[in-house]
Amino acid sequence: MARILEKRSLTPVTKLFRVESPLVAAAARPGQFIIVRVREGGERIPLTIADYDRDNGTLTIVVQEVGTTTGYLGALEVGDDILDLVGPLGMALEIPAGGHIVGIGGGFGAAALLCLMRELSARGDRTTIIIGAREKGLLILVEELADICDDLELCTDDGSAGFKGLVTERLAQLIGGDGPGRPDSVVAIGPMPMMRAVTDTTRDFGIPTLVSLDPLMIDGTGMCGGCRVTVNNEVKFACVDGPFFDAHQVDFEEAVRRNKMYVQQEQASKERAECRSLAMGQD
Amino acid sequence: MPLKRADKTPMSERDAELRSHDFVEVNEGYNFARARFEAERCLRCQDPVCIDGCPVRIPIPDFVHLIAAGDMAGAAKVLRSANPLPAICGRVCPQESQCEEQCSLGTRFVPVAIGYLERFVADWEMGQPAGEAPAQPTRAEKVAIIGSGPAGLVCAGELARLGHPVTIYEGLHAAGGVLRYGIPEFRLPKKVLDWEIEQLKRLGVEIVCNVIVGKTLSMDDLFEKMGYSAVFVGTGAGLPQFMGIPGENLNGVYSANEFLTRVNLMHANDFPNADTPVMVGKRVAVIGAGNTAMDTVRTALRVGAEKAMIVYRRSVAEMTARVEEHHHAIEEGVEFHWLTNPVEILGNKDGWVTGLKCISMELGEPDDSGRARPVPIEGSEFVLPVDNVVLSIGNRPNPLLLQTTKGLKSNKWGCLVVEDESAQTSLRHVFAGGDAVTGAATVILAAGAGKSAAAAIHADLCGE
Ligand SMILES: Cc1cc2nc3c(=O)[nH]c(=O)nc-3n(C[C@H](O)[C@H](O)[C@H](O)COP(=O)(O)OP(=O)(O)OC[C@H]3O[C@@H](n4cnc5c(N)ncnc54)[C@H](O)[C@@H]3O)c2cc1C
Ligand SMILES: Cc1cc2nc3c(=O)[nH]c(=O)nc-3n(C[C@H](O)[C@H](O)[C@H](O)COP(=O)(O)OP(=O)(O)OC[C@H]3O[C@@H](n4cnc5c(N)ncnc54)[C@H](O)[C@@H]3O)c2cc1C
Ligand code: SF4
Ligand code: SF4
Ligand code: FES
Repeated sequence: MARILEKRSLTPVTKLFRVESPLVAAAARPGQFIIVRVREGGERIPLTIADYDRDNGTLTIVVQEVGTTTGYLGALEVGDDILDLVGPLGMALEIPAGGHIVGIGGGFGAAALLCLMRELSARGDRTTIIIGAREKGLLILVEELADICDDLELCTDDGSAGFKGLVTERLAQLIGGDGPGRPDSVVAIGPMPMMRAVTDTTRDFGIPTLVSLDPLMIDGTGMCGGCRVTVNNEVKFACVDGPFFDAHQVDFEEAVRRNKMYVQQEQASKERAECRSLAMGQD
Repeated sequence: MPLKRADKTPMSERDAELRSHDFVEVNEGYNFARARFEAERCLRCQDPVCIDGCPVRIPIPDFVHLIAAGDMAGAAKVLRSANPLPAICGRVCPQESQCEEQCSLGTRFVPVAIGYLERFVADWEMGQPAGEAPAQPTRAEKVAIIGSGPAGLVCAGELARLGHPVTIYEGLHAAGGVLRYGIPEFRLPKKVLDWEIEQLKRLGVEIVCNVIVGKTLSMDDLFEKMGYSAVFVGTGAGLPQFMGIPGENLNGVYSANEFLTRVNLMHANDFPNADTPVMVGKRVAVIGAGNTAMDTVRTALRVGAEKAMIVYRRSVAEMTARVEEHHHAIEEGVEFHWLTNPVEILGNKDGWVTGLKCISMELGEPDDSGRARPVPIEGSEFVLPVDNVVLSIGNRPNPLLLQTTKGLKSNKWGCLVVEDESAQTSLRHVFAGGDAVTGAATVILAAGAGKSAAAAIHADLCGE
C-alpha cells in the first residue's frame, strides 16, 4: 500500500500524485517505472517514476486518464492508499555524458523527463527539453521543467505558447542549428505516434535516439512475456530489458499493433467502470 | 457399481461437459466411507517401498493405517510431520511416477490411491477449528525468504517452527508462486492455498508482497540494512521460453505464463467484473504437453474456446503431464495433435493469428534424454486454422536476482548452484531451493528443498 500525500490536477485529465513509498524511492533511478493496482480485481498498470525524493521517501507519478485503471487512480484523493505499488522496474536510462541532450515529452511524458533531465543537467550535460500540447493550458509542469534544464522549448498546435507546431518540427529546426542547436542525443517519452515521428526526424541525421516503449504489461519482472517488443530484429521484454530502446531499431508497427490488442475489451471495461462509479455516487 | 478391492476406489468427479465451462474443482474428494475402504487396501508392507517413491518420505503406511482406524487427527499429524503441504501435494503430485508407482499392490492390482488419501486427510484438517495460536519467535536470528512459491512457504514455516523470525518477500501482489498464478482453480482451489498461508501467518511468518529483491531491495540490503542473518532464495523458474518461429509476436499469441496469469492471478475469466481481459477466439492451439500445457488448454475451454488443442512434436508416450490431467483433458473434449511440430504462426494483414503451420513428425533414435527423437517428415506441412496460439514449451529461472547480486553463481541454464548437502549458494548465508535450483520441476520437490534448506539454515545460524 502506498499513501497519497499530495495531488494536483495538471490538466482536466492529467493528475500528479506524490506518494509514500520509501523502499522504491531509495532504489529508484531516472527512467525506471512502477506497477500499480488500485482495486481488488483491478489491473496492474505501469507508470513512469516522474520524480523521487529519497530523504522523504516519496515518489511522484503523473497519470493521464485514458481508461479504466487510470480513471480509478485519477479519482483517488490525498490520504487514500494505492492498493499495490511495486518497483522500481526496468533499467535506468543510460546516455553517454558530455553532450547536448534533448529530452522530448508528450502527454505524461513531459513529467517523465523531470528526474531524468535533472540528473543529466547535474552531471554537467547541456540539456534542452521540448514539450508540446494542443494548446497552452494543456502543457504541464512548465516551471518545474524550466528549472532543471538549460533550455525549455514549448510547442503548441495553435501557437498559444511557444513554437506553433509539433515537437518534431521544432526538433528539426534545432537539428538545423536553430535555438539551442543540434542535439548529440535525443530521448523521447510519450505517445507512440510522437515517439515514432521523433525517430523518423533524427534517423537521417544519425542522431542517437532513445524511446521509452510502453507495451501492455502484467508482472513487470520478465515472467509473462506480454511486453515483448522487437528491437534490431530481436525479441526483448520491455519490462526488464527496457523501457528505453534504440529508437532507430524499434519495430514501431508491431509495438503499436500489439498495444491495440484489447481495444474492444478496454472499451467494455471502461463502460463498466463508469457504471460502477455512478452507482457509488448514488449511495 | 460395488467397490472392489483390486481396483482403486474411484474419486467422484464433476461431469465433464458441465465442468469444462467453469472453474470449480474437478475432483470432489473422498468421503469417509470411501477413504476407509481405500485405506484398507494397503498391505502395510514389511518393506514399504511406496516411501522410496515419495521425495519427502512420508511414512505412508502409517497415515493410511490411521485413516483405516478412523484416527484422522493422528493421520494428519503423521502427514504434516513429513510434508508441510499435504492438501496441495495430494492434489498435484505426479503420484503415478512417485509413491504410487512404487506401491507393491501395483504389481498385481492398482496401487493404493495414496494421493487421494493424502488429500482426504488434509482436507479434513482444514475443516477443523483452529487450535491455540502457536508460540512466537524465540530466536534472535532473522531470516528473509525471497519468493512465496512452495519452496519459500515451506522453508518459512519450518524456520518459524524452529523459532526464527521470518519474512517472505514476494514480487507479485499475492503470495503462492505458481500455486497462485499458474495452477488453475479447477485443479487447486485457491482456498486451499489461502488456508496454508493463513497457517504460516499464525506461526508469525510475515509476508510482504510487492517487493522484488534485486530491484526494490538488494541482497546486500537484506543483510546490511534490514539485519537478516540468512536468506533463502525460492524465486522459481518463471522465465517463459519462446520457440523463435516466425509469427510469435502476432496478436493472439501468448506464453502459457501470460495466459494463465491473466486468468488465475488477474481473474480474466471474470472480465469485465475484473479489469484484466484475456483474448480467446474460437480455436486455440497450445504448444507443449506438460502440466502447464494441460492447464492452459483446459483453461482455454473454460474461458470460451470452442475447440482447444494440444500440439506436441513428440508422441503421447513422451508427454510429461500427469496422467490424470491428460484423462481429464480428453473427457473435456481437448483435441490432441501428437507428432506435430509448429513451424510458423500465420496472421492476417491486421496482425491477428489465423493459423498454425505444422509439420508431421515420426519417432527416430533415442536422444540424450533417452526419449525417441522426433524427426520431421518431409513435405508433410499443413495448416491448423486457429485464432490463438499459446506457447507452453518450458520455463527457465528468472535472471533478475542473479544479474543484480554479485557473486551469486549459476550454471549454463541459469539455475543457481548450491551445495547438495546444505543448499548453500556461492554466497555465505544465502541458501536456495526449488525451481530456482532445479529448473522447472514439481511442487513436492520444491517443498522438500525448502524443508531441508530450513534445517541447513538453522544449523548455519545456531551451530546445531
Ligand atoms: C513503462 C511504461 C510507463 C508508463 N508511464 C506512464 C505514466 O507515467 N503516466 C501515464 O499516464 N501512463 C503511463 N503509461 C501508460 C499506462 O500504463 C497506460 O495508459 C495504462 O495502462 C492504461 O490503463 P487503463 O486501464 O487506464 O486504460 P486501458 O483501458 O488499458 O486503455 C484505454 C485506452 O487508452 C489507450 N491507451 C493504452 N495505453 C496508452 C498509452 N500509453 N497512451 C495513450 N493511450 C493509451 C488504449 O489503447 C485504450 O484505447 C506507461 C506505460 C509503460 C509501459
Ligand atoms: C501451470 C503449471 C502447472 C504445474 N502443475 C504442476 C503439478 O500438477 N504438479 C507439480 O508437482 N508441479 C506442477 N508444476 C510445477 C510447480 O508448480 C513448480 O515446480 C513449483 O511451483 C516450484 O516452486 P518454487 O517455490 O520453486 O517456485 P515458484 O512457485 O515459481 O515461486 C517463486 C515465487 O518467487 C517470486 N519471485 C521471483 N523472483 C523474485 C524476486 N526477485 N523477488 C521477490 N519474489 C520473487 C515469484 O513471483 C513467485 O511467486 C506446475 C507449474 C506450472 C507453471
Ligand atoms: S507427497 Fe506426493 S509423492 Fe509423497 S506421498 Fe504425497 S502424493 Fe505421494
Ligand atoms: S507399498 Fe502400497 S501397499 Fe505397501 S505399504 Fe505402501 S501403500 Fe501400502
Ligand atoms: S510484463 Fe510480463 S514479462 Fe514484461
